[in-house]
Amino acid sequence: MKNTLRQVFHSSKFVAGFIIFVAILLMMFIYPLINPGNPLQQIGVGTFAKPGTYVSLYDATKSPVSTFRLPDAAEKRLGTSLSEEDKVAMVEWFEAVGADISDLDTNDTEKMLEMWDEYYDPSAKPKGMIRAKILYYGRLDKSLKEMGGSDSISIADKNEEGELEETKKILDTDYVNTKDVANVKTLPLGTDNFGRDVLKELVSATGTSIRIGLIAGIVATLIGLTFGLLAGYVGGILDDIIMFVTNIFTVIPGFVLLILISYSIGQEQRGAAVVAIVIGFTSWTWTARSVRSQVISLRNRDHVNLSKLSGHSLVRIVLTDILPYIASYVVMAFILQVSSGILSEAQLSLLGLGPKTTEVPTLGLMMNWAMLYSAHTNGSWWAYFPVILTITLISFSLNLMNTGLDQVFNPTLRD
Amino acid sequence: MGKAMLEVKNLKTKYITRFHEDVYAVDGVSFTIEEGKSLGIAGESGCGKSTLALSMMGYYFAPLHYISGDIIIDGKNISGMDPDTVRKTILGTEIAYIPQAAMNALNPTQKIIRFIEDVVHAHDPKKDKKEIREMAEKRFAELGLPAEALNKHAVELSGGMKQRTVIAVSTILNPKVLIADEPSSALDVTSQKMVIKMMRELMEKGYIKSMLFITHELPLLYNVTDDIMVMYAGQLVEKGSAEQMVFDPVHPYSHGLMKSILVPEEGTRGQKLTAIPGAPPNLKRPPDGCRFAARCKYAKPECRYSAIPEKEFEENRMYRCLMGVDELREVYGNE
Amino acid sequence: MSEARVTKDFTNAPLCLSGKGVTKIFGFGNKKTVAVDHVDFEFHEGEFVSIVGESGSGKTTLSKMLLGLSNATEGEIFFQGKPRDISSGRKKREYWKGIQAIFQDPFSSFNTFQKIDTVLLDCIHMRGGKNLSKEEKFNMMTEACHFVNLEFKELTNKYPFELSGGQMQRLMIARIFLLKPKILLADEPTSMVDACSRATILDMLLNLRDEIGMTVIFITHDIGLAYYISDTVYIMEHGKFVEYGKADEVILNPKAAYTKRLISDVPKIHEEWDLSTVDLMA
Repeated sequence: MKNTLRQVFHSSKFVAGFIIFVAILLMMFIYPLINPGNPLQQIGVGTFAKPGTYVSLYDATKSPVSTFRLPDAAEKRLGTSLSEEDKVAMVEWFEAVGADISDLDTNDTEKMLEMWDEYYDPSAKPKGMIRAKILYYGRLDKSLKEMGGSDSISIADKNEEGELEETKKILDTDYVNTKDVANVKTLPLGTDNFGRDVLKELVSATGTSIRIGLIAGIVATLIGLTFGLLAGYVGGILDDIIMFVTNIFTVIPGFVLLILISYSIGQEQRGAAVVAIVIGFTSWTWTARSVRSQVISLRNRDHVNLSKLSGHSLVRIVLTDILPYIASYVVMAFILQVSSGILSEAQLSLLGLGPKTTEVPTLGLMMNWAMLYSAHTNGSWWAYFPVILTITLISFSLNLMNTGLDQVFNPTLRD
Repeated sequence: MGKAMLEVKNLKTKYITRFHEDVYAVDGVSFTIEEGKSLGIAGESGCGKSTLALSMMGYYFAPLHYISGDIIIDGKNISGMDPDTVRKTILGTEIAYIPQAAMNALNPTQKIIRFIEDVVHAHDPKKDKKEIREMAEKRFAELGLPAEALNKHAVELSGGMKQRTVIAVSTILNPKVLIADEPSSALDVTSQKMVIKMMRELMEKGYIKSMLFITHELPLLYNVTDDIMVMYAGQLVEKGSAEQMVFDPVHPYSHGLMKSILVPEEGTRGQKLTAIPGAPPNLKRPPDGCRFAARCKYAKPECRYSAIPEKEFEENRMYRCLMGVDELREVYGNE
Repeated sequence: MSEARVTKDFTNAPLCLSGKGVTKIFGFGNKKTVAVDHVDFEFHEGEFVSIVGESGSGKTTLSKMLLGLSNATEGEIFFQGKPRDISSGRKKREYWKGIQAIFQDPFSSFNTFQKIDTVLLDCIHMRGGKNLSKEEKFNMMTEACHFVNLEFKELTNKYPFELSGGQMQRLMIARIFLLKPKILLADEPTSMVDACSRATILDMLLNLRDEIGMTVIFITHDIGLAYYISDTVYIMEHGKFVEYGKADEVILNPKAAYTKRLISDVPKIHEEWDLSTVDLMA
């Protein structure tokens, strides 16, 4: 046993997979301690806030002010306020009025604005340009003029008579320290369509998905192992019946069966555990078949014959003389079942047949939401890409562990 | 003394295990086979006799590694050549190798003639197929194999026939040395006899110039080869003619082996079997002194730590023991 | 060379295991293979019997039937003169109390997950020694190991695969020593053991037979070995016994053509191995 473990941890593939998987598990346990709270709480109003750090504007205006005169501040300010769309429109105008744009650098905001001042003429009517477009340029011009406008913003509040009165003036050289701002929120992966913290949701979903995978794996392995052992060792008519059932399950595409069962259970009954058990029930055939073939080759081994001759009972022979020999194999099959259980859940949920949506997030559900709210078309990559990455990492690490174990236990693969 | 066909000098090879431990399977083996002679290697399983065969034909694929020593075939040193070169230039023309399960190595989808074409084309890619067929038919007829076998698939032949076909195919280019590793152990005694007769004929007709025969079956070795070497724990412990080795062994281990021969002859029932207690040493950490010392009933304290040289005595005989030949003969004569 | 062992006459000894018309057929219709073809045999109590045959002669199939691990297609096997009944699991277990086996491959004969102590303790328990004190059990195991030249103290907490092939087969014999069956079926117990250990195992089998007076059925392909060890030899060819009788008579004066050929084809030491009789064209 000790020796086997030593061999297992000598396999670089197993160790790599193990480290990735343990890292995921650690993340699952540690992150909720750092960032507690309900993962499904809607903290944001509106959909898909970008990843980043959010500073409360309200608190910022009330925080102590320091003054800095940074040389490139104005330029940066311009750079972020001039959108890509505006830049494209400006270049289009330059082209229409016949300006030389051969060495124009669209990233050089200052130069762009200079050119705009030079070439824009509100009364010009470039050839082929529709009126709506000309009006659009009028608005663009106005907003560009405002941009570089004043060097301060006034904050006004109603006084006792109900008139606006300037209470504070914010200069463009005013800075506040984020530490002084009462409310700063970092969202490493932004928010999703319901305004929920994606990272928190992802960590919680990973946990649920792994649990679903484990339950599905345990169910599938137990059913497969029992059927395989019985069919292989007892043989005869029992073997025929079990193999008949197994063959039927093999022939019906598992995923279609899974969809049908999930559908007929109904939305209300479908908790995470139910989905896991359903997945387990549809994926045991493979384990049953391979356990059966292993047991058949074992049952004619001499030590099994000797055990029979010693008068041991069937249960005892199966438990002591057969099971230990296929244990390593069953563990490997179990790991694969867990991995495929997680993937099956993701597939089911993507189709809207996953666990019911109000209680817990799962990796599949997160993908489902991202898809329903068109995260992929509006460029909100943070809503689905980390989920895909997590699924890939989990099944990659499990498969790596499996390959590593295979190399240890399967002598023909040893180098 | 005839011309040396195969000369092995102080050959050492090792296996590297998965835990990066070295196993010295062949540890300083030297011998010579002269033209027209055959040599047998006897020993228990795990003594390194099969590794010796693989090492001699340059089959150095992990985990087997070459350490040192020379293998000279008809004056040409092939030691340290990379396995691919050996396969292209040496196998078939200089050395032919027949492993125990050779008959199962034939691709079941190909006809026998295709294997012969492959062997010939590996060394002479331009040779005409018709010529090859004629050559093969002639050789098969001489060795008593039916010409129809050429057009058959391996599965259509019986076990003994398959093994003979393999031997005929691998010796089609008249190699100088034939290395046979338990070529008849998987066969029944009648097929075994046919295989041996065929190998004899190959020697007599000069298609092969010398032969190295490896088996654990001593009566077979006695009847097949001119000389016998006994191998123990990666080293040679005794060498002599077949007659001498069976009836006048010197080394304590050879005594044990020779006394374990059981043949269906008068006297077998009254034979006293000598058992050697213990097991061969672990070749990961071979003992410093005599490797057999732990199992030898005449072992002295110095046997365990002093290196034992190979000692020559009489004509063409060698043994590896601290005791003198006469001393050994005396103690075993008194038993 | 010592005197040849006296071959005792067993014809009047009580029958231990016998068979009439025992047949085993695999498959049916065109694919039918008759592995064992209507064989009759009589093994007596205390007799050392060898069944000699080449691969494919049906000797392993016969051994499986003798052990009750498979049923005969036709014919009947008698145990101590009474027809053997192995129709139910309980009856099988009853029969198996009297018969034990040693198989060819020591490495597959042991459960690699059980320690040697467990293996031997199991044998004591099967012989009804469950209530013995620890010390008594220890003494029994030590005695059994001593019989096969093993030191039980050194074997405790070891696994069978840590031993050499020869030592494992000896441990197998120690098992039999504890179990004391009526019949021991040894299926090529020495073919995977090196020559030096073979002698030890053969001698131990002979001693064990004398010690507990059991019948030994020794299955082998090596006719020289069978001649050395057995009282009676059965020669098997294509599922049939072509010849049987006392070892000396069968080996030194074979009657059946097959036996003659078998003996002449085995390489020998004192007689010439005649290669000229071989017809390569056959």
